[in-house]
Amino acid sequence: MRNAFAAAITDLAAQDERIVLLSGDIGNRLFDTFRERFPDRFYNCGVAEANMTGMAAGLALSGLRPFTYTITPFATTRVIEQIRVDICYHDVPVVIVGTGSGLSYASLGPTHHSCEDVGILRCFPNLTVLCPADSAEVGPALEAALGLPGPAYIRLGKKGEPAVHEKPPVFVVGKGIVMREGTDICLFGMGTLVSVALAAAKELEAQGLSARVVSMHTVKPLDEALLADAFGRFRAVAVVEEHSVIGGLGSAVAEWLARRDGPHPPLVACGTPDAFISEAGSQQWMRERCGLTGPAVAASVVARLGASR
Amino acid sequence: MTCVAELASIAARIRARVVEMSHVAETPHLGSSLSCVDLLVATYWGPLRIDPKHPLDPNRDRFILSKGHAATALYVALAERGFFDPALLDTYDTDGGALPEHPGLQCVPGIEAATGSLGHGLPIALGMALAARIQKRPSRQFVLMSDGECEEGSVWEAAMFAPAQKLDSVTVMIDYNKWQATGRSDEIMALAPLAEKWRAFGWDAVEVDGHDMAAVLAAISREPDGSGRPRVVVAHTVKGKGVSFMEDDNNWHYRIPNADEVRKARIELGQPEATA
Repeated sequence: MRNAFAAAITDLAAQDERIVLLSGDIGNRLFDTFRERFPDRFYNCGVAEANMTGMAAGLALSGLRPFTYTITPFATTRVIEQIRVDICYHDVPVVIVGTGSGLSYASLGPTHHSCEDVGILRCFPNLTVLCPADSAEVGPALEAALGLPGPAYIRLGKKGEPAVHEKPPVFVVGKGIVMREGTDICLFGMGTLVSVALAAAKELEAQGLSARVVSMHTVKPLDEALLADAFGRFRAVAVVEEHSVIGGLGSAVAEWLARRDGPHPPLVACGTPDAFISEAGSQQWMRERCGLTGPAVAASVVARLGASR
Repeated sequence: MTCVAELASIAARIRARVVEMSHVAETPHLGSSLSCVDLLVATYWGPLRIDPKHPLDPNRDRFILSKGHAATALYVALAERGFFDPALLDTYDTDGGALPEHPGLQCVPGIEAATGSLGHGLPIALGMALAARIQKRPSRQFVLMSDGECEEGSVWEAAMFAPAQKLDSVTVMIDYNKWQATGRSDEIMALAPLAEKWRAFGWDAVEVDGHDMAAVLAAISREPDGSGRPRVVVAHTVKGKGVSFMEDDNNWHYRIPNADEVRKARIELGQPEATA
């Protein structure tokens, strides 16, 4: 996904001379083409994310369209006050891009994990939160963010994520993308876990349950129409995300659901636990531990259906 | 450019109004507001190229009050400079009013950034400086910070970045009044020697008496020397400057003046007639 980001931002910068790319001493050689083509619009801001984020606000206040880019926890939770005050309070069109989100950097340990970013950032007024599912959604997500009058956060994986789209999809902020249709279960995948939701749908199918899968790339603002439809006609609704069960898409959906009247099918929230994963291990190992694989998600859904019958 | 004596009288008027506003609205930070008035006046009536009739002209210079808790001084200076009707000052800190205790972005014309949390103004100004370079605009950026604010890490991140990019359109003023909210700024943190710190970070640092209008004007008006070094003016000031019983008394960080104290302050400032 980070290669897709580098390619997309370079293309966009050729079309829009307001784009400025700020990087926090990351992406060695990743932005060589961007730097060669637009030397006055790329700045390596060093290991100084607070300054980078504040500068982005200053650039945007002057009419430019800055993107900040570094590893997710350093692009987000390290500089939460700069995001809140300089970007969101000023309501300026800065795009914050976090790479290696969730457990992408599993083996680097919890300092490099980010399973709280969405929960914290979606509290901030004016901020749009986008979680593209794969490389094909990255370019459209950047373009969509550029079309917004205010700030956006884009949560990326790292590299080698499975492709869930054959070609770049139509990407509209606040509108989930239906990946496959179904009639019994609705699975909302957030970001790179759309691939896991698709795997879970296959598992469910083998067990006689037909599942719709949605790439819920916009966590804020929520696609309320799609949610209302899902809770209106499916036997169970599940959210699958590489983010804490506190604060992420599952929480956002639960908050929305709690404000509605009437009975509704069960909401199954599959995410990372309220704990730091301090053991060494690969992303796949950690996903297995958190129940974030196709079979594990399918099992959670089936168990919940059984319990609520 | 307005003569120094005239600037001194503008500063006295601003101080008197600031004292009055603190009393009426019962808001703190009076000492911090009074210490930076001369720096504000030197900038707004000096090198800052702004036009109150065109407050959003893209080629304008930018001024950021990074020590947002001195908002009253900024509000009065902007009103005096013609950015808005001074009558609006009467609504300071009232329910639903446009003028909170810390300034919001464009809450009145002329406010270039929302401040209040310390250590934010300089990074924002550096972004504006980069933008001016990219857009090939002549703008300069002026940032007024407090000495206590220099304890924020983000200040030093910015201090390292600006010389690396030769952002010499930036001028920082530090209102070095030697106090922060709860004590001496050189004792709570090892702030001194402040100018040397900035110099070591690659800045063109000068020290001035922050109440010597001519000296401040000279320090902030000097054109970049071609070295690419941004300029920092370490302005030695007195907290509560202009009112004898407030000067260098840190109780006035939070204390609210009563009616009698306002009257005495106004007389000392040569502005006996109350405006509010």
